[in-house]
Amino acid sequence: MAEKPTDPDAAAASQEEIDAEIAQIHRDYESRKATDGEETSARLNFPPYRSSLLRHPTKSLHHADPEEIELHSPAFGHQDVSPLEADLTIQHHGEPIGERIVVTGRVLDGDGRPVANQLIEMWQANAAGRYMHKRDQHPAPLDPNFTGVGRALTGPNGEYTFTTIKPAPYPWKNHHNAWRSAHLHFSMFGTDFTQRIVTQMYFPGDPIFDLDPIYQSITDPKARDRLVAEYDHSVSQHEWNTGYRWDIVLSGSNRTWSEQEEH
Amino acid sequence: MARTPGDLTPIPAQTVGPFFGFALPYEGGPDLVDRSHPQAVRLHGTVYDGEGAPVPDALIEIWQPDGEGRIPAEPGSLHRDGHTFTGWGRAAVDAVGHYSFTTVEPGPTAAGAAPFILVTVFARGLMDRLFTRAYLPEHTDALAADPLLASVPEDRRHTLIAARDDDGGLRFDIRFQGQDETVFLSYPNTPQVTGPVD
Repeated sequence: MAEKPTDPDAAAASQEEIDAEIAQIHRDYESRKATDGEETSARLNFPPYRSSLLRHPTKSLHHADPEEIELHSPAFGHQDVSPLEADLTIQHHGEPIGERIVVTGRVLDGDGRPVANQLIEMWQANAAGRYMHKRDQHPAPLDPNFTGVGRALTGPNGEYTFTTIKPAPYPWKNHHNAWRSAHLHFSMFGTDFTQRIVTQMYFPGDPIFDLDPIYQSITDPKARDRLVAEYDHSVSQHEWNTGYRWDIVLSGSNRTWSEQEEH
Repeated sequence: MARTPGDLTPIPAQTVGPFFGFALPYEGGPDLVDRSHPQAVRLHGTVYDGEGAPVPDALIEIWQPDGEGRIPAEPGSLHRDGHTFTGWGRAAVDAVGHYSFTTVEPGPTAAGAAPFILVTVFARGLMDRLFTRAYLPEHTDALAADPLLASVPEDRRHTLIAARDDDGGLRFDIRFQGQDETVFLSYPNTPQVTGPVD
């Protein structure tokens, strides 16, 4: 592989060059899938995402048999999270600009069990594609009525609901004229700390999907689809919001059932 | 197209990105106990990239037993009450890649077990969180008997053991790549894809 600039802000490559790199990795994956197995997560080493070049482990992850602490997660309660924090449109004096949406779904573990009473965090850009972050300086307006941070505790069946504003795509410097697919960042805990995950939720039909090396770092198309919410008209409300449903499946617990029964 | 009904394949991870600083860090996140706590200890270190440069946009979480080896089950990590040890904390690194927690040293969760703090790393450029363990350096017999450490090549084992500062603190640097690349962990039920590795 040719030497690649590791400065994440170099924006040296064209979209066509990035597209070709992505396509080559995906072709290699597809040709080996039958023997090497299906990949269900994103690749840590994914050169089209230039920032990964110096920040991925170069050695295999080391197998660990989980010990006691790894088989538990911290507990969160109503002293940690107010129910109001799940509505990102009421955090200021006025109404934020943009398309009001509700995103709802359930958090399950890999065995289909609901992850109840657990912390779920969400953050995002505003309707102009700008983050309330000092390092985001691209010329799009901040919205004084929108911070873009929400938290919730999952319900007894693992359910969660956020009310927010649909974020816009935004430019970044991975390559020349690079744009991110519109997304919400999500952070979840499971019942074991080994299930901890941070990811991004996408919107159906985004025209930037094929051009986005972060999304395409998930080599398998079925796995990519699992990060895409679906429009759900039953979540839309008359004269108020459009609705999306996104069910979240964490990895399987590393505890056995008998261990769980004891706790 | 979303998930097909009945599909219980776990979702993929995606990077925490560059813009988490206004969302994930919180007041009191790095302080599992107050500095005035009689057993307070500092756990700190620097996150380095493959060229040895500090990583200024990483986020570290720790999760650990209390001083007696008990797994905390009490809520309150996001709004600490100043008394309850919840065992979990979160710290963003500063502009020179340095993180710092105030906590207590974990006790062994079983007789003879080597105590460690579970460390989780997130960063821009890092597509999925990485797990590692920061073992306490002095428990030499327990370290020698620890099954994970025994399974790690000897020349990499030191990356999992915190160093003791002269002032009593614990130093645990994290290196994504290079000669002293940190040993990062995978667990049986936790799919993770490295892509090509050495």
